[in-house]
Amino acid sequence: MPRQGHRPVAVVSFAQADNVRRELRRNEVETLMPVFAEVFSNIGITKDDVGFICSGSTDYLAGGPFSFVSALDAIGVWPPRTESHVEMDGAWALYEAWVRLQEGDIDAALVYGFGKSSMSDLSKVLALQLDPYVLAPLWPDPVSVAALQARSLLDAGKATERDFAEVAARSRKAALSNPKAQVAYDRNVAELMGEDYVVSPLRTHTLPPITDGAAAIVLAAGDKAFEWAERPAWITGIDHRVETHSLGARDLTASASTTKAAEVAGVNDGTVEVAELHAPFAPQELIVAAALGLGDDVLVNPSGGALAANPIMSAGLIRIGEAASRIMDGSAGRVVAHATSGPALQQNLVAVLEGV
Amino acid sequence: MTSGDQRGPSDERGPVTTLATPIRLDYVFSAGIAQSRNLRGLAEGKFVGQRCGVCHKVYVPSRGSCPVDGVATDDVVELANTGTVTTYCVVNVPFAGQSIEIPYICAMVLLDGADISFMGLIQEIPTDEVRMGLRVEAVWVDPEDLGPTMASVKYFRPTGDPDADYETYKDYT
Repeated sequence: MPRQGHRPVAVVSFAQADNVRRELRRNEVETLMPVFAEVFSNIGITKDDVGFICSGSTDYLAGGPFSFVSALDAIGVWPPRTESHVEMDGAWALYEAWVRLQEGDIDAALVYGFGKSSMSDLSKVLALQLDPYVLAPLWPDPVSVAALQARSLLDAGKATERDFAEVAARSRKAALSNPKAQVAYDRNVAELMGEDYVVSPLRTHTLPPITDGAAAIVLAAGDKAFEWAERPAWITGIDHRVETHSLGARDLTASASTTKAAEVAGVNDGTVEVAELHAPFAPQELIVAAALGLGDDVLVNPSGGALAANPIMSAGLIRIGEAASRIMDGSAGRVVAHATSGPALQQNLVAVLEGV
Repeated sequence: MTSGDQRGPSDERGPVTTLATPIRLDYVFSAGIAQSRNLRGLAEGKFVGQRCGVCHKVYVPSRGSCPVDGVATDDVVELANTGTVTTYCVVNVPFAGQSIEIPYICAMVLLDGADISFMGLIQEIPTDEVRMGLRVEAVWVDPEDLGPTMASVKYFRPTGDPDADYETYKDYT
């Protein structure tokens, strides 16, 4: 159960859109509507049962100002209610909703993230999250930034290119059993190692797909969680930490922010059965797993992780939803979810979820 | 600071105060299913909206969802070419990129049968005679110039009918 002083809050429902390379027909509202319908109908509630709404998205993907406001049309916010937004992955919207639920005056919140990566050139959009004075004007694309990080890992002797391929092979194979996966295959490591470099030392298999998608979670507190879900996924620890903007000023082969967040969330206060890690590039999974202190017996990314589908602004929230689903379906008792934001694992969120 | 230090106030050139970093992003916009219906209607010289099955309000253009009930507005409705001015302003200030001679009227028009107003120009009437409740009709561009854009509507002009009763549009002002 939650740590002393925290109001118990649980994930009680999770839904995600189909993850596709390019959603040409539907706009964001039309993509979100069926996701909300599913996340509510899963537990037999309506929009009127949640007292707070928080979303994660970015206008840089939508190409228009205040796109999160028009996305509210997909919920129907009448009568008016409290709503908030973070220009971050929906995982951070979930954090805000968790904090909001601690106040005790409302019992449930809707959290969601959405984004259509296909409408813009993601390699340019993501360059704009870098330092605006000395880095962004150079337009470093995200694959090149990830390659710098992967090269650091190799040069430090912390990993090999074969390790990267093993992450990709395992993730894509796991993705075969995920109906929402965009990229799934059963290919051996030797075959993957034969691929050409996209940006050395990254081969095609180490890269995430480009994905249009959306996801939503309902959080419920106290008795309300048991009322709505047979087996709520209680958030027994959650924390997030950020590191410096400057890529040159931090150790890219480690993730101090993940380690700190994991300590505060209490990751290693008990046995971890399953971990859903938000590592868009295969080498990053090695860094995050080490930073969390996960043992070899932990089942990592049974969903395939962000290598199976990487909808910007909801891929982190989906990790929480997938981890919570392992609790809700009874297949695990204690799981860890991780989300990342910013270039090269700059900011990290860690949550521990447990059944009772 | 020592004389060799190039930082801050000791540098006789003063601080760097401006940095130009040009940014350009291109987008391939998806209008969506509902708004595409509206845009195709404009290309045919007609207003196409969508009705909510719960509250029965008609939105034009629709984003695909009723913002009150959060359900899909799947019922497609073709609307009249006539409507009512619910509010307006007289533009007297020139600005960069202005394409119409000032003064001109910018108004919110509630199409007959619609439950949401949208912005349009009012012409063929002296600016000091425009009023709330004025009955107007859309004037479209020539058929060969019609396209999937609001620019297909040149402007609205008075129909000459008596003004609408305030009660008929008070919920939309």
